[in-house]
Amino acid sequence: MKKIVTATVIAGVIAGSAALAQGDGSAQIKARQGQMRIIALNLGILGGMAQGKMDYDAEAAQNAADSLAGVAMVHQPTLWTEGTSSLDVDGTRALPEIWEDNDDFMTKWTAFADATVAMQAAAGTGKDAIGPAMGALGGTCKGCHEKYQEPN
Amino acid sequence: MLRRLFRYLLLAAIVAAGVAFWLTRAVPLEEDALAGAEGDVENGQRVFTAAGCASCHAAPEAKGEDKLLLTGGQAFPSDFGTFIAPNISPDPAEGIGGWTLAEFASAVTRGVSPEGKHYYPAFPYTSYARMEQQDLVDLWAYMQTLPASDTPSQAHDVGFPFNIRRALGGWKLLFMNDDWVLKNAASEQARQGRYLVEALAHCGECHTPRNLLGGLDTSRWLAGAPNPSGRGRIPGIAPGTLTWTEDEIAYYLETGFTPDFDSVGGHMVAVVENMALLTEADRYAIAAYLKAVPEQSEE
Repeated sequence: MKKIVTATVIAGVIAGSAALAQGDGSAQIKARQGQMRIIALNLGILGGMAQGKMDYDAEAAQNAADSLAGVAMVHQPTLWTEGTSSLDVDGTRALPEIWEDNDDFMTKWTAFADATVAMQAAAGTGKDAIGPAMGALGGTCKGCHEKYQEPN
Repeated sequence: MLRRLFRYLLLAAIVAAGVAFWLTRAVPLEEDALAGAEGDVENGQRVFTAAGCASCHAAPEAKGEDKLLLTGGQAFPSDFGTFIAPNISPDPAEGIGGWTLAEFASAVTRGVSPEGKHYYPAFPYTSYARMEQQDLVDLWAYMQTLPASDTPSQAHDVGFPFNIRRALGGWKLLFMNDDWVLKNAASEQARQGRYLVEALAHCGECHTPRNLLGGLDTSRWLAGAPNPSGRGRIPGIAPGTLTWTEDEIAYYLETGFTPDFDSVGGHMVAVVENMALLTEADRYAIAAYLKAVPEQSEE
């Protein structure tokens, strides 16, 4: 009887650890950071053209803007699961305030999504249209990072 | 013999206490020091923006025009307690509308209140001490034009022994110094940047590490420091800790985008919003200064 109990407890502990290993949020954190990198890469293309560091190319600009809008469409709650803040785990700068004020956080993501749509409309029309759309987009980045990202 | 020694010691202690009391007193500017000075509101606005007054004294999370209502209330946690920014709007009762220009100058450049008390250096008067007098006069003129708020200032949450304001007199003797940190700025551009960084924008207050008593360690000037709120680090911006080009620094200060197109975050967002309102020449001057300070290594 004792053996059975012990075995059950051990099995329970192993099962529990396995569940923890899967639910440690590392997959979500990787996905979050991956989407931020896709955003940065495409902002870099648009920013480079706006600054004149890169020749303007309407098709490349449109592709970059479309990619930003594509990222903005990713369903965010899948990525920002509870227990994955910088207080909970290493390797993330996501502040706990994201979950304390989640409606505001999601409103800020929506503002980013709206700005990407505006960029989609502007990017293909010429170099000079990128700057203002870029400023508006950058404002939405700042709006969220100001409150929800830990300094590095 | 012993009694005489005791008496001498007692006398010495009284004299030392007296000297300490005298040394730690709050010394305001003489009331007529700025008599007759005329303020230029337009330049005052530039000083106000560069010095980031609204970033700390506006209401928590205020945006846009609301940032000009300097009602106070933002909390700044530190190792010594939590400081709450006061109301510095022109309201005569709850703000600073009843102050004289000399009282304002004493507050900003000496950390001395009109009541003759020391302010806590969470208010960066140790940087503002390097401000040019005319800029101070212009700043005062500009601040008169801002809307008044009748919200009372809140008390700081600071425990013993840091709640003994008199001790700040000793702190000032040890750590307050209006000399330039970068003694030799080689070009006019670097000198312009030095004024912006060391006096107005007070970058060193967060980007330079502090000693146990909260004084800036100027030997590690702009080398980066722990975040006083306890979360994350404030990055270094001296050569060796920041590898961006001058173009990249100026672009970041204008747009908030790093060379990798990551976005500025945290309190630095408010700083970038201010820097974006300065001239391109100002942003490049800051970049030139950041290239001119001594090299540092990350801890």
